[in-house]
Amino acid sequence: MFSEIAQYFRTEALPHIWCPGCGIGTVTAAFVRAIKNLQLDQNKVVVVSGIGCSSRMTGYLDFNTLHTTHGRALAFATGLKLARPELDVFVVMGDGDSSAIGGNHLIHAARRNIDITALVINNSIYGMTGGQCSPLTPHDKRATTSPYGNLDRPFDLLDLARAAGATYGARATAYHNQLLTKLLVNAYNNPGFSIVEAISQCPVSYGRRNKFKTPADMVLWQKEHAVTRGELGGEDFLIGDIFKAQAPEFVAGYGKLRERLRGGSADG
Amino acid sequence: MAERKFLNGNYALAAAVKLAAPEVIAAYPITPQSSIVEKLAEFVSNGELEADFIKVESEHSALAACYGAASTGCRVFTATSSQGLAYMAEMLPYVSGNRFPVVMAVANRGLAAPWTIWGDHQDAVSMRDHGWIQLHVENAQEALDTCLQAYKLAEHPGVLTPVMVCLDGFVLSHTEELVEVPTAEEVKGFLPPYEPMHAVDMNNPTTFCIGAGPDVFTEYKYSQQLGMEAALELIPEIAAEFAEKFGRNHGGLIESYSCEDAEYILVSMGSVTGTARVVADQLRSEGVKAGILKLRAFRPFPIQAVSQVIKRAKGIGVLDRDYSYGNEGALATEVKAALYGSDVRPSVTNFIAGLGGRDILPSDIREMFAVLERSVSQPGSVKPVNFVGLRWQR
Ligand SMILES: Cc1ncc(C[n+]2csc(CCOP(=O)(O)OP(=O)(O)O)c2C)c(N)n1
Repeated sequence: MFSEIAQYFRTEALPHIWCPGCGIGTVTAAFVRAIKNLQLDQNKVVVVSGIGCSSRMTGYLDFNTLHTTHGRALAFATGLKLARPELDVFVVMGDGDSSAIGGNHLIHAARRNIDITALVINNSIYGMTGGQCSPLTPHDKRATTSPYGNLDRPFDLLDLARAAGATYGARATAYHNQLLTKLLVNAYNNPGFSIVEAISQCPVSYGRRNKFKTPADMVLWQKEHAVTRGELGGEDFLIGDIFKAQAPEFVAGYGKLRERLRGGSADG
Repeated sequence: MAERKFLNGNYALAAAVKLAAPEVIAAYPITPQSSIVEKLAEFVSNGELEADFIKVESEHSALAACYGAASTGCRVFTATSSQGLAYMAEMLPYVSGNRFPVVMAVANRGLAAPWTIWGDHQDAVSMRDHGWIQLHVENAQEALDTCLQAYKLAEHPGVLTPVMVCLDGFVLSHTEELVEVPTAEEVKGFLPPYEPMHAVDMNNPTTFCIGAGPDVFTEYKYSQQLGMEAALELIPEIAAEFAEKFGRNHGGLIESYSCEDAEYILVSMGSVTGTARVVADQLRSEGVKAGILKLRAFRPFPIQAVSQVIKRAKGIGVLDRDYSYGNEGALATEVKAALYGSDVRPSVTNFIAGLGGRDILPSDIREMFAVLERSVSQPGSVKPVNFVGLRWQR
């Protein structure tokens, strides 16, 4: 029910721009529920987004929100978190935002293990610009820039983040939105860089070109291909907690270094 | 036979690129440019265009890939807008400094913040000092024609300078017009294959972008200026040759309309020029001697051509869809500078309009001419810079 989470929205900014059948709304609700379940102080939450349909989320949320440039949300968030470590910093990005133009920032945020929770809404396409291939568009799938199928191989975003040094990675879908809320809570509770990939549907720019007749078909696809363990068939993917690791966190480490160099004085 | 088709500016441009047949296209999507390269991706996939289309991960990589491809001596193309052009900024002088004749379409759009997808000229205008030729077009046909001219210009051995073909976001990029698309055969007679002067060559290895010390750096920069000066001569010549072959002339460096005996002239760039002409006609019928000067080339800036046309008028208006903060619209500064060496100097009034996609209505242009008349009849009564239709005053 929207009324349960309405306090977290700038209702005057609604209706939103997302197309009918788009999964970003569902993911947004799952995200807001995580913040609600965590009972975070609304005024201490900062949500930073890049540019894209996913990133438009910040326009509708009643937290401190920063709508930044395409690809660089994590760089903005890194500055913000270092300046105000007490704030709860979430970053929302699209698949293109996080893995194409912003891929470099993703691996460096992971490498530093900075205490930020990143939510990547993966709809397999550049949604906002009308359906061009992204680095997460599956091989052979169609996009406006690959009308006969994508030649490239996609990233596995969580593998990438893990290899780069992130300490928590998880995946859910718009269909598995209750799981998504739980995973976002886990991600927040991890003291380090956490990434949650939300597989979502873009019926207009991706579905239409890839034999999905309706948005519901895309949601059913998520249901059918998400697996929690065992063998992965053709289009299957894992959901749930994907990896956890221990590593020093960057902001805390920075604070300690400062204290040490100033001979124990933490202020100033 | 040339074909007549309903095409928007982006598709007209893509049709021109297909005719110019670059070997490599590298681009990253951004509104309102995306449909240019989507169309090209389609041509490549269909086999209508024999080229490699690289789906790069950002604009910076797009121009880097163009640079790499151009270093082998092949013809290349890219397109972008706004933030994408800003993100290319580092690569722009790399490409021009190496004298790679890259042609790039810019579907003009404002720059954030606040975020906007709508059209103005801030993106291209703010990149004016990176050694690229900038040609601004007025309609979809001109976009197609100018793109063909741009390759010929860029690749001329005396020029070897990259060119931006700028078309207004949405107003041109996304609205359809009847456009004549020449045949490949016809274009062959106008645009010869590119003969690179320098290219990566296994038998004769070349280094691109040496570290130049204070002893030679200036000479490299001077040679770029010589390329621009050659372009100043060639832009009208190429436009004239194009007109002879295809029967269409959109002007060379500039295009003047009713300026011969004009008392008041509005200088404009891009699609708004069409509206301005209609208003000038109305004003003429009411007895006001109005003229319009369209700037086609913003770089190189046609100082002589501009001052020749405007210096005899009484009042000059300059319509900027951009702003150089702390000063005035960028075109206004250029136009004033163009008048500096002239024996007579009419007063120049700057109008800032059409920022972030705000419409410039015929009534706005009428008002600009009214202001120009006042600037002459009551000197000192008009502000030098006027934000048109401002919704609040300080
Ligand atoms: C520097 C720059 N390049 C390109 C763009 C155009 N652009 C806006 S959103 C977008 C991609 C959106 O795709 P994705 O990040 O996957 O998010 P989605 O819209 O699918 O949620 C692009 C290329 C831009 N805003 N800035």
